[in-house]
Amino acid sequence: MMEDLNRLSLSEARDALRRRDTTAEAITRACLEAIDAAGALNAFVHKTPELAVARARAADARLATGDAPDMCGLPVGIKDLFCTRGVASQAGSRILEGFVPEYESTVSQKLADDGAVMLGKLNMDEFAMGSSNETSVYGNAVNPWRRGNDETALTPGGSSGGSAAAVAADLCLAATGTDTGGSIRQPAAFTGTVGIKPTYGRCSRWGIVAFASSLDQAGPMTKTVRDAAIMLRAMSGHDPKDSTSAQLPVPDFEAALTGDIRGKTIGIPREYRMDGMPDEIEALWTRGREMMQDAGARIVDISLPHTKYALPAYYVIAPAEASSNLARYDGVRYGHRAALAQGDGITEMYEKTRAEGFGPEVQRRVMIGTYVLSAGFYDAYYNRARKVRTLIKRDFETVFAEGVDAILTPATPSAAFGLGEMADADPVRMYLNDVFTVTVNLAGLPGIAVPAGLDRQGLPLGLQLIGRPWEEGALLNAAFAVERAAGFVAKPAKWW
Amino acid sequence: MLDLTHETPKPKTIAGARHDWELVIGMEVHAQVASNAKLFSGASTRFGAEPNANVSFVDAAMPGMLPVINEFCVEQAVRTGLGLKAAINLNSAFDRKNYFYPDLPQGYQISQLYHPIVGEGEVLVEMGPGVARLVRIERIHLEQDAGKSVHDMDPNMSFVDLNRTGVALMEIVSRPDIRGPEEAAAYIAKLRQILRYLGTCDGNMQNGNLRADVNVSICRPGAYEKYQETQDFSHLGTRCEIKNMNSMRFIQQAIEVEARRQIAIVEAGGKVDQETRLYDPDKGETRSMRSKEEAHDYRYFPDPDLLPLEIEQAWVDAIADALPELPDARKARYMADFGLTDYDATVLTAEKENAAFFEAVAEGRDGKMAANWILNELFGRLKKDDSDISQSPLTPAQLGGLIDLIAAGDISGKIAKDVFAILYDEGGDAAQIVEARGLRQVTDTGAIEAEVDKVIAANPAQVEKARANPKLAGWFVGQVMKATGGKANPAAVNQLVSAKLGL
Repeated sequence: MMEDLNRLSLSEARDALRRRDTTAEAITRACLEAIDAAGALNAFVHKTPELAVARARAADARLATGDAPDMCGLPVGIKDLFCTRGVASQAGSRILEGFVPEYESTVSQKLADDGAVMLGKLNMDEFAMGSSNETSVYGNAVNPWRRGNDETALTPGGSSGGSAAAVAADLCLAATGTDTGGSIRQPAAFTGTVGIKPTYGRCSRWGIVAFASSLDQAGPMTKTVRDAAIMLRAMSGHDPKDSTSAQLPVPDFEAALTGDIRGKTIGIPREYRMDGMPDEIEALWTRGREMMQDAGARIVDISLPHTKYALPAYYVIAPAEASSNLARYDGVRYGHRAALAQGDGITEMYEKTRAEGFGPEVQRRVMIGTYVLSAGFYDAYYNRARKVRTLIKRDFETVFAEGVDAILTPATPSAAFGLGEMADADPVRMYLNDVFTVTVNLAGLPGIAVPAGLDRQGLPLGLQLIGRPWEEGALLNAAFAVERAAGFVAKPAKWW
Repeated sequence: MLDLTHETPKPKTIAGARHDWELVIGMEVHAQVASNAKLFSGASTRFGAEPNANVSFVDAAMPGMLPVINEFCVEQAVRTGLGLKAAINLNSAFDRKNYFYPDLPQGYQISQLYHPIVGEGEVLVEMGPGVARLVRIERIHLEQDAGKSVHDMDPNMSFVDLNRTGVALMEIVSRPDIRGPEEAAAYIAKLRQILRYLGTCDGNMQNGNLRADVNVSICRPGAYEKYQETQDFSHLGTRCEIKNMNSMRFIQQAIEVEARRQIAIVEAGGKVDQETRLYDPDKGETRSMRSKEEAHDYRYFPDPDLLPLEIEQAWVDAIADALPELPDARKARYMADFGLTDYDATVLTAEKENAAFFEAVAEGRDGKMAANWILNELFGRLKKDDSDISQSPLTPAQLGGLIDLIAAGDISGKIAKDVFAILYDEGGDAAQIVEARGLRQVTDTGAIEAEVDKVIAANPAQVEKARANPKLAGWFVGQVMKATGGKANPAAVNQLVSAKLGL
């Protein structure tokens, strides 16, 4: 009998199931046990063990026919942002208290159709707004990694922090995440896992609670690049219910993983060298450059001149869209409704419901968004941010047109930080976490975070690769080459 | 080519205490797109369903739901634009208009502020034979309707019905080219007529699927002409918008009342405030809903859930090619081909159902006769019964059959009216009724001659009088008609009486 089934990667488990070395039910039960033992991580916020076992058994029956998709029988966690039929879906917010959708998001449905087993819902920053998981109504998830013997609890990153923590701690084989400004890649980097945000339009947004519609994309968070390729394929595809989903065939991303990047041109953008960047991040980046060069890639220095405007533009566009997207949470039809006093009318109902239902970070962004869209400010903020966005997109188009195949950057400006460390800081300091990742969302490009090393304190650090639109296969292959060269095998020591 | 030459009507003038004033009116008409499904959700649009029966997850704005454009509604908007001789924008886009209201579940209405699907067009509004106002259309855009809040079912609670939420509307925005209450009503009537011919809106004002916001301002005579020359609005007065009107009568009343209110303010040395007002038909007054300062900031921005709407010229051309004949063209054709008067042609083309009925009757028959029978007899009866053509018990074939009998000389016009009444009340076929009831006109001169001889023989004194005064021959004709039960061909009787009397 195989042991530690929850520690398997997707590809290992898939192969084991096909060899009949184990069963989906056995892997699922191993994960459920691990989840139950990992309350301290606060990663899973709604558990669905009965559903998981039932789906695992169905998967085993399907596997027995010898004709099952890659994801069949593989237990995964689903970010709370995804609506899942009959299972609480709260987007980490009090305002969706008690909300149980009668529908299933397209992405989680696609996974279910392939036989993947949902273990439950994963913690996240409220409405995916946050970089530390601390804005969650459930309380933050905790990073399984620690600084050596220091017991300080660290953030798993955000907003997909629960997903990252769960995958890193082997509570599930993989998880879904969503990424609006870095919410897959930053937590992946903080937890030594792999996370890819595909090209905007690759995965349907239908049934995923919207944060910023023009930026939101779902993607897999996995233990290996191969797993990311496997799971991304299952999540992708055109959806007539999402007008922004692309009518393009979904390639077999795993088949692209040759590890051969000889002759590929990798761009190193000089604007990503930030003032005050920790030397360890700098060193990691240099090592990444060398690894790719050793693998036969051509390294070129490139310029993405509008990079410095990306973060401000992002923090105009994303809140603007959010302020409108979150207007539907008004206490009228579902979710939380504030208790009203005698004589209160509809305005009081809106005000009290939204004041109680939304946490401070969400309120801040709704207010910023409302402000930048207001008459008199629209052109100065929103329209200018849109122009910046066009310029940023053009920066990338230019370097791709000049023959760059992928761009290598650090994934984050630091390793995981301590929970509560930023509690009193200016919110902008928290926003700086997204400095390397938001450009990718603004340009709609695919980006992947791959673990590439540990810092002096033993915390994982990630590199980001940015690819050409719709070329996730090539991007994954480049990441595969980095993964191989880095030989990152570290795991957090189990303390929970 | 249509001959659309016309005279421009005089603007309505209202005499104030000090001056004469003219009215300047622009309208935003919200026309519900005739479509079985909503603009972005695929839910049904059926009128009169149980509250909240026609509501999808998208309409209820459940988390994670996304809009998908209904292509048929786009087609209908394009068709409407073409029918109003408007420019079709191959590239348009949807924007969000943000505001909070319980019958607006998304917290925003999806509309087209920056890039509407239809650009400038025009509507010719006839105010009488040869007199018409050309009203310019500024734009038409597609947008979602809101739901309905119900405040009178419970003393402590309000209810929301989302059936109408997300139904497609076309907002048809005119330039301020309308110059009086009657013109405003005529403009709406003409728009409604065109939309109904196009099949793009049912135009049922009672059900609210045609509503108007009316912008009214006043100016001194001559000022409007300056505006026309320069397109500079400063020549015009400050406008007030009267919201959500769905009755032609109330629109006219409201404009008149609002204009008088503004005149009184200005003549008293005051200033009209730009604001949104509501018309109260019971009190016969408009009252302020919200001022410019209180106006919502709708925070419009492009809807990121929808891609820009791109349509092909070839697709537009195909819709244009399949466009039905429109009222102006049809009326001109009726006048030219059937010799109808302007008035008759106007009445017959007012509703497309009337025109369709007329054409079915006129097909292969004398158009003028068909028009007369429909306008005088059929419409007369329908009006008496408080009914309309859609409920006519008489089919075009039945009326046509009756007209055929008259044309063939089988029945007289007088008998025909009797047969019409039977057809209307009891149904059946005109020829069979005439046959079964022996109503056929006697054209056999032998039989008529015998009757004429009989009457002449029986009334020698009258014969003498008639010979002296030929006008009295009519008395003999009457007697013969009476004797034949009205079935004798009157022309034949006339001729025989004259001949026999030696006139």
